[in-house]
Amino acid sequence: MAFIDYYKVLGISKNATEKDIKNAYRKLARKYHPDLNPNDKDAEKRFKEINEANEVLGNPENRKKYDDYGEHWKHADDIENAKQQQQYTQQNAYSDFDSRTQGDFSDFFESMFGGRASGTSGRQVKFRGQDYNAELQLQLKDVFTTHKRTLTVNNKNIRITIPAGIENGQVIKIKGHGGKGINGGPNGDLYIRFTIINNTRFKRDGDNLHATVDLDLYKAILGGDITINTFDGKAKLKIKPETQNGTTVKLKGKGFPKYKKEGVFGNLYVTYNIVTPKNLTDKEKALFKELEKIRHHG
Amino acid sequence: MDKANLISVKRFCTLHQVPVTFIHELHDYELIEVISTNNNTYLKTTQLYHVEKMIRLHYDLEINFQGIDAIHNLLKQIEVLQDEVQTLKNKLHRFED
Repeated sequence: MAFIDYYKVLGISKNATEKDIKNAYRKLARKYHPDLNPNDKDAEKRFKEINEANEVLGNPENRKKYDDYGEHWKHADDIENAKQQQQYTQQNAYSDFDSRTQGDFSDFFESMFGGRASGTSGRQVKFRGQDYNAELQLQLKDVFTTHKRTLTVNNKNIRITIPAGIENGQVIKIKGHGGKGINGGPNGDLYIRFTIINNTRFKRDGDNLHATVDLDLYKAILGGDITINTFDGKAKLKIKPETQNGTTVKLKGKGFPKYKKEGVFGNLYVTYNIVTPKNLTDKEKALFKELEKIRHHG
Repeated sequence: MDKANLISVKRFCTLHQVPVTFIHELHDYELIEVISTNNNTYLKTTQLYHVEKMIRLHYDLEINFQGIDAIHNLLKQIEVLQDEVQTLKNKLHRFED
């Protein structure tokens, strides 16, 4: 990917203060925000760049890494570690390394990122491969049970186990399935972010589920039994007489599976929506009037 | 009243982590419609897209309610103009062919 000069993106100088960065970001965000530029792909692209620049320069720690390492700032920690390792090697190496002990930093980069030609193999530093990020969309019903799935990442098939109860937005790491390591270094990792699509009538809140169930007026007043759909089956419920609209009951263990706790489930919370009858007959109306009379006048 | 196409203001605000007063302010500026019944207030689901946009304008870009009102009107004008441009482009293509 081409190197992006974040200072240029925000239109500020390298010695800009935190306040300058914040002001520049706000000004440009207002100009290129997608809500203010409907159907403008260029503005959208620019807005993404501005956000990225702000995420790096707006954070003092990231900014320092960016200032020190430029486009390789994300690998700053690895580079530092490798640099220390290299210095250690150089101190203990044979004479042909002596002249380079004080070599400038670009030499170091060259050795690390493969720019140097032959004759330098003794200085080569092992470098961990790039981490990959992937997104996997699943339906809520898919994550009710633990199952296996095959993913294709960089033309390689990886079979992974998706534990029941995984959360929307949760990220799992598949070790060693990222980019190939440099000079025999370890491979990077693959990070999979899960997006859980919920098309069901259940609302998920962690491992608890919420649902609204219609209840006819007579059952709400007189009580009785009803059968409701749970996420994976049916359950019989006892309705108490004089149940009020909006009453919520808890069905223990009828919710969603707890992540990585086999056989343990959250609760299902059912809220009653009392449905009043429509198209009353004359007889029904008369009876309701009679009930009203009894209620108000005894 | 059929509540299938409504969402309670309280629930909407909880989900979007904004104070209920924000919705009432938008309503005061006549930017959105709020439906009140039995001490509860509701938003029509059809206007959620616009309300979410206004949340972003206010909280991400620190634009006040007067600004949102002005932007809302200008965006409507842009939409009309974009439609008009598209229609004219289509007509022009017919002549070019």
